[in-house]
Amino acid sequence: MTLNMLKAGRTATVKGIYSKDTERRRMVDLGILPGTLIENVMASPLGDPVAYRIRSAVIALRREQAELIEVEEEG
Amino acid sequence: MSHAETAIQCGSCASGCNTAHLAKLGIKTGNWDYVVALAGNPNTGKSTIFNALTGLNQHVGNWAGKTVTRAEGAFTLGGKKFKLVDLPGTYSLLSTSVDEEIARDFVLFGKPDVTVVVADATRLERNLNLVLQILEITDRAVVALNLIDEAGRNNIKVDERSLARDLGVPVVSMAARSGKGVDELLSAIEQVASGEIQARPHRIKYTDDILENAIDTLATQLHGQFEDLPNARWVALRLLEGDESIINAVQTATLGTVRAANVFPPLVQLEAR
Amino acid sequence: MTNSEAILDNAARLRGEVGGNLHDRLTEAIYSDAGAIAGRAVSAGEQTGNLEQKFDRILTSRLWGFPLMILLLTGVFWLTIAGANIPSAMLGELLQGTVYNALHGVAAALNAPWWLSGFWIDGVYLATAWVVSVMLPPMAIFFPLFTLLEDLGYLPRVAFNLDRLFKRAGAHGEQALTMMMGYGCNAAGVVSTRIIDSPRERMIAIVTNNFAICNGRWGTLILIGAIFVGATAPPFMASFIAATSVVAIAILGVIFTLLVSAFLSKTWLKGEASSFSLELPPYRPPQIWQTLYKSIIDRTLIVLKRAVIMAAPAGAVIWLISNINIGEASIATHLISFLNPFGLLIGLNGVILLAYIVAIPANEIVIPTILMLTLNLSKSGLAQTGVMSGIDDDMQIQEVLTGMGGWTLLTGINLLLFSLLHNPCSTTIWTIWQETRSLKWTTISTILPVVLGIAVCLLTAAAARLFF
Repeated sequence: MTLNMLKAGRTATVKGIYSKDTERRRMVDLGILPGTLIENVMASPLGDPVAYRIRSAVIALRREQAELIEVEEEG
Repeated sequence: MSHAETAIQCGSCASGCNTAHLAKLGIKTGNWDYVVALAGNPNTGKSTIFNALTGLNQHVGNWAGKTVTRAEGAFTLGGKKFKLVDLPGTYSLLSTSVDEEIARDFVLFGKPDVTVVVADATRLERNLNLVLQILEITDRAVVALNLIDEAGRNNIKVDERSLARDLGVPVVSMAARSGKGVDELLSAIEQVASGEIQARPHRIKYTDDILENAIDTLATQLHGQFEDLPNARWVALRLLEGDESIINAVQTATLGTVRAANVFPPLVQLEAR
Repeated sequence: MTNSEAILDNAARLRGEVGGNLHDRLTEAIYSDAGAIAGRAVSAGEQTGNLEQKFDRILTSRLWGFPLMILLLTGVFWLTIAGANIPSAMLGELLQGTVYNALHGVAAALNAPWWLSGFWIDGVYLATAWVVSVMLPPMAIFFPLFTLLEDLGYLPRVAFNLDRLFKRAGAHGEQALTMMMGYGCNAAGVVSTRIIDSPRERMIAIVTNNFAICNGRWGTLILIGAIFVGATAPPFMASFIAATSVVAIAILGVIFTLLVSAFLSKTWLKGEASSFSLELPPYRPPQIWQTLYKSIIDRTLIVLKRAVIMAAPAGAVIWLISNINIGEASIATHLISFLNPFGLLIGLNGVILLAYIVAIPANEIVIPTILMLTLNLSKSGLAQTGVMSGIDDDMQIQEVLTGMGGWTLLTGINLLLFSLLHNPCSTTIWTIWQETRSLKWTTISTILPVVLGIAVCLLTAAAARLFF
């Protein structure tokens, strides 16, 4: 599934990043790499963006960015 | 709009002929013995440290040709004058934004005598990304491990000796908000600047043999061409990545020397204090 | 081939051998090392950060997120308004009372000619004094409060809450922050757009910043809201209705920000949305003293300095046009008559238009200028040449405006609207120029709000005439 489908409070492991070019570099620089753990911390009142915990930092990503990150949930 | 004079007093200061590099980047070094760069992720209390080190002795302007704020300050230590340049807060140095470009270019081309990297003790793993990248570019660094009071509050302990051992550079625990660790930081800066401490910084190993060989080949070639290159391995990697600005620097043979003045016009000073 | 070219050739060849995805692999290596090093150095005990996280979730929840945010921000504004009242009055008494009288005393002692003392004391000094006494207290409260919120770490949550709206408008979530700064001062708001990386999105933030109602305009809104809108309600509701009208204008400002941003991003500033990422740092207890110092020196004093530089000449101009006669009447009178037809067409009048022209330097002096010009026009005994002090009472002001000036409810409402939708003050225009170095965009930022203002006022005036 893609990251935007991860529910609040749940954690998943990144499987692949499908963004392109600068966007992709940005994601990778933030530490989103295959094997990284990502947790959905909280969503904005309007539903978008969603804040994710990535390697000890909380970073908000928009839906269209999260849609390009493939993850697999724990357990 | 005023332009800082680019009067260069080469040879009259301990940082030697780097004054030319720095002047072209817009930093007046006439009166200083050492130049210190202050880097770090955003939200690490970097500006608190900057203020703690420079007090009122600072002014704010722009990075040349860009609309990114820059703060410069000064302090005296052991009879020597230090100029402190605050770099934009960045997560990385891999040029996905203007801020990162500025920070990287300053550490690479400006060759400050010491680079202080501020890290947040509560989010160490993320902060180490930038620390490790900086250590790939320069040997002369100090890690300021800030916000240890926040870490304490959250039951997080950081072993600074283990960190120093792994990183190969001095690590100073600080809670800059309450002034803790400032003296130790100043001391570490002085020792690195004067050469008293010789760091053996951590270098990232790549498990890929083909990659390592490629890096070695290019690095050797680069050393041959540009003698005073800060870190040939790092440059080699950027070339392998296809980094435009580094390729350009090699092409125009400005790597290891100063960039053309029209790329880095002098500091645009907005408000002096 | 040169050595450099040899190196580059080699690099290109090796690039192929080394394989793709290099950036990924490098970053992975860095993070892997980082993880290992951190693993050895960090030991985390029982995590107590849950309280903060719960707090955070509430602040961004569907139910409470927006109400709490609006409450908090309204609180900041209310504190600013309420807190600034007394200091403003005190400063006013000092500068426009004591010092002003002393200056005139000195002038009299020196036997200075009326036009000299008039020009310098009633014109230049008085305008500057007014701006300082009206502007300084609210800014000295607003900016520290804002900076405290910033240090606390709350502001990224605001951008987080509002980002979706800004995304729909083709802009960046951080524009919410620059917009908020604009509520203190638009010049400061424009400077704060530096946090937006993408030049395109930054420009949108700059052009629309004027729709955030700066400190200098609140006074106008509150006064007119009270006198005209509040007065239409039964007495026990008057303050509430007045407050509502002010909030309504503020919300209208946000709506315009979003609409104009959307317009710009689809037309003149078309382009791709930049890569978005917003870090939500942990909450940190702010350093009160350092914040006070930083905000007062960094923001308040610097903006104040610019405003004073602008106000002095404005004062001179007001005095001159009121006291130099061409034929029978002063220049001011001529200008007002000239502007009146157009003014009435859009539901305002000549006095208001002239006041806005003269008050380009600082929004604070709009009301004083209006009062002064109105009095001057009616040749009332109350009107000292160019004097802007002395009228503090709401009732007096209402009498002057409706009785002597011929104002109606429509005039009041349209003034509220025009307050929101008119050109930025000259300090802001100058700042926009400094930040963008683009004549084209500085002009657009200046003209666009006025055009909108005239259009909106025209519509309301037409609607009023049609239905009432």
